[in-house]
Formats: sequence, structure tokens, C-alpha cells
Amino acid sequence: MSGAGGNATQQLRLARHHHRNQRQSHYSHTSFTSTDNQNVRCSPFATYLPTNTPNRVVFALLIINKAGGLVYNRTFAPGLQKLDGNDYLILAGTFHGIHAISRQINPAPAAQHLPGYRRPPTTGLESLESSHFRLTCFQTPTGVKFLLFTSPEQPNTEVVVRRCYEIYGDYVMKNPFYSMEMPIRVEKFDRALGGYLVRP
Amino acid sequence: MPGPVAAPADKEDNFKPLPPTKPFQSTLRYPSSRKSIYDRNLNRTRVNESSLASFAYLFNTLITYHHSKSGSVSEIETRLNRAGYPIGTKLLDLLLYRQPPRTATRPTRILELLQFVHGTVWRALFNRTADALEQGTEKKNEYMIIDNEPLVNSFISIPKEISQLNCAAFVAGIIEGMCDATGLSTDGVTAHWAGEGDELWPGKTIFLLRFKESVVERDEALKAG
Repeated sequence: MSGAGGNATQQLRLARHHHRNQRQSHYSHTSFTSTDNQNVRCSPFATYLPTNTPNRVVFALLIINKAGGLVYNRTFAPGLQKLDGNDYLILAGTFHGIHAISRQINPAPAAQHLPGYRRPPTTGLESLESSHFRLTCFQTPTGVKFLLFTSPEQPNTEVVVRRCYEIYGDYVMKNPFYSMEMPIRVEKFDRALGGYLVRP
Repeated sequence: MPGPVAAPADKEDNFKPLPPTKPFQSTLRYPSSRKSIYDRNLNRTRVNESSLASFAYLFNTLITYHHSKSGSVSEIETRLNRAGYPIGTKLLDLLLYRQPPRTATRPTRILELLQFVHGTVWRALFNRTADALEQGTEKKNEYMIIDNEPLVNSFISIPKEISQLNCAAFVAGIIEGMCDATGLSTDGVTAHWAGEGDELWPGKTIFLLRFKESVVERDEALKAG
């Protein structure tokens, strides 16, 4: 792993750490009576804001093919901090590896399965959260991974990422000029995705 | 070693009778109702809608095949045109058969044919009419049928290096087959992009019909008398 990859993971770790600190500060300043305050991620007032608040944003979408290569990379909100192209590739490869590990490790006792049948697969990493963003990962049955970066306030990220998968199925898989496992340069896919995710 | 009875050592030694012909076994797979598409009434149009996704994958395979076999954009378009042509010749009869009883008339004039294609054919194939029908300004034998978003192109994005290619050439082939079947033959029907810089309809396509001079002359003679 090169130095840049190490940086990427470190950044993630730092982000999580920061997140934990912020959580504690929330606990010290607010008095929750409900038992599920483990799930509180942002200001308690956020729920009272109108649904179209500007801080609910989809930041970026990455598509990783089954070999761990980055085939699509697009940001949707203006003024985001960007990595350079190589770092995106490293991020994709690193995530692919972490995802594979998370599929293998499982602290729960192994579920009973019929002899002769394959062990049911685990889903692997599904989401990763920090104070500033949430990463939702959706893996298709063929091993393509959709990574959606959103703000933590964005609801229904699973629905959004599945809709992205549908758009991919329509405009990339049904396009005769796309070769499998290659970077996606498909005009109608870009347009449909923009129409769905870019806010006017 | 008691071998088989020695055959007379002449030409018959090489003779082997042909194996008996196998009884015919259909490879057609039937649905549980035992009714295949051939058992349906030709007039049942409402329930005969087919899945767009299935069509898209089939069309996808057709294009990939012809793309791999041909060296230029015009060759792909010609091949797609040839693939659509037999559909057009058969579709004319089917659609005339499906007209309400005792009202079916063959289009015998150019304008009738164009309106038939613009309305009836488009509705049968794509469930809507085409968006416009125009006559060429320079030549009298050129007509244009305009579709803002051809259904066959809905999932297809053309790469930059062959941006001239329009896969609606397949539909152009259907139209050409239909023109020939009515006896109003053409010098070819082609599909062209017209949505350059059009924000609303970037996939706008013009189907250009060039009727033969003799057909136009005959049509004018019919009109006169």
C-alpha cells in the first residue's frame, strides 16, 4: 500500500474519532429520556427542520467493479474537496479489500445450514458513518459495488443507492457500446444520474 | 473366434444402411397453458405488448453482432436496415388485417402511406404516433418522419468516435420494407440525428424517405386524373 492509501484510511479513522467526541459532547449538553439515544447523530432540532434543508446532500457516487477497480466516479454537490484521480483509485481498491474482510469476519456463531449447500453469504460492509458524511455501500449479486457518499442527515440512502443501480442497469447494461468492467463513459447514464441526484 | 458371418467380399461390404430417422421432436418450449405465441389470435393487440427490457437486450445483441462484423458506420446502418426490412414487409399485411372489419384499405398514394406509417405503424410499434411529418423543401420526392425520442434508442448512448451512427436505422429498414410492400418503392430510407444542441430532445431523429422518381410521377398522374 502506498503512502497516499495510508493517508486515506487515516483520514477515515480520524473522522470517526472526531465523530465519537462529538457524540459525547451531545450527551453532556442534552438530556435525552428516550433509550435509543445511541442513534442520535446530529442536533436534535434537525428533525424539526423542513424536509428540503440544504444540509441534506448527496455528495458523490463511486462504482467499483468486481475486481476492485474504480469504473465510475462523480460528485454532485458544488464546492466539495476533491482527491486527485490516483487517490480515488486507491480509495476504491482499499475499500474493496476492507469489504472483502468484513464479509469474512463474523463474531456471531455460524448459522446452521444444510449440508451440501454453500454457506449463505454475508453482506459485508453496508454503511460507514462519521460526523460529516455517511457512506452507503450496496453490492449487487454480481459483485459490483455502489458507494454513495451523503451528508449524515440524508434519509433513505438505501433507496437512493438502489435507484442508482436501476439507472445503471438501464443505461449502462443495456447499452451495446459499453464493454464490461471498463470505466463507464455513457452519456445517457450521466444525464439520468444528474437528473436524479443533482439539486437545481 | 466366432466373428460375424462373413459378408460376401464385394462392394456391399462398405454399405451401411442409414439410421432410421428420429421422430420429430419440437424444441419449442410451451408455457403452462400450452399456448405459444403462434396460437394467439392475430387481432389481439392489447395483450401482445412485450417487455421493453427484453427488447432492449435483444436489440443490444443485434447491434453488438453487426458492430463486430462491419468496418464502418454506414455498414452497421445498412446491416440494421436489412434486419428491419422483412419486418416491414410482413407488418403491412398484419396491420391491414387488424384494421376494423370492412374498413381496411391499402395505402396506394404517397400521402396515404406516409400517414399510415406516421399513425398506425408507429402506434402498433411504439404505442404513440410519430412527432412530425414533413416534405423536403428542395426535392419533391423526399419526405421526413420525425421522432423526438425513438424508442429503440432509449437505452443507447453512441460513443464519440462513431457519433454519426443512429441505431434507429433498424426502424428505417422497417419503413423501407413497408414502402416496398405497398408498391411505392424508395431509393432507401435512412435515419439521421437532428437533436444537435436541442436541450429538450437530444435524441431527435429524422427518417428520410426518398421515393423513386417513377413512383412520384405515377402519384402525380393519379392525382391529376
